Amino acid sequence: MNYFSLFNLPETLTLDTQALASSYQTLQKLTHPDKFATASAQDRRIAMQKNAQVNDGYSVLKHPLTRAQHLLSLRGLTIDNEQHTLGDPEFLMQQMEWRETLEEIGSDENALEQMQDDIQALIRDKLTALDAMFEEDGSDNEDIANEIRKLTFIYKFSAQVEAQLDKLDDF
Amino acid sequence: MAYSEKVIDHYENPRNVGGFDKNDPTVATGMVGAPACGDVMKLQLKVGENGIIEDAKFKTYGCGSAIASSSLVTEWVKGKTLDEATTIKNTDIAEELALPPVKIHCSILAEDAIKAAVADYKKKNA
Repeated sequence: MNYFSLFNLPETLTLDTQALASSYQTLQKLTHPDKFATASAQDRRIAMQKNAQVNDGYSVLKHPLTRAQHLLSLRGLTIDNEQHTLGDPEFLMQQMEWRETLEEIGSDENALEQMQDDIQALIRDKLTALDAMFEEDGSDNEDIANEIRKLTFIYKFSAQVEAQLDKLDDF
Repeated sequence: MAYSEKVIDHYENPRNVGGFDKNDPTVATGMVGAPACGDVMKLQLKVGENGIIEDAKFKTYGCGSAIASSSLVTEWVKGKTLDEATTIKNTDIAEELALPPVKIHCSILAEDAIKAAVADYKKKNA
């Protein structure tokens, strides 16, 4: 299933999120089970399947990471839910250091916010680079996959920093 | 999802947390990560002159199963030769810890950490 065509959007990583949202709303209305309350059992089932596809597609396209995975799977390489282990010592050592720094920072709000800003800047750079790889002719799928895998760690770390910041707000 | 008692035991009382100097020629360092969940694992082995693993330390940022898998592995590798250590299979780890299918990748990560550490040692001492 090509979710980009389902939503009638161009196959790019740099997606117009407003176009995605409005296309989602339109499709959501068209396939909403309420509309098929009096339809035949078969039509109801088809509408329900369509509706589920629309919801799945929206959640995949909404986030850059899953959108990138989907783009790669359209190029023939599926890496979501893979059991693959990343063995890039330099990158992983850096990830370990980030997590150690986060432990040291603890509840220093300014330091946490600075850290989150840095990560977001890095994510933007990585997405730009990834976008270029997707657009370039002759990019190797495995190279793209490795960049996406690295992004997984960075997004996860960003979520951890965010959780730490949220904890501070609770007090 | 409920963790098994063994996972909880290793998670609450992790064995051999820490690290050695990675530049020490007798230290083997294995760095691995699981893109599926973003877990990061560092396993270090201290290798004696006779090629036997004298000590092992780990540091894992991840879920309870990943921490338990690496903690268990540090216990299992001690006293083994490097080649013996690489025969530890993820299925042994998963079975010992009663890991559910969605957590199998944690045991794969621990197995791959041993392999990465041994490869690091061989590269260092080639």
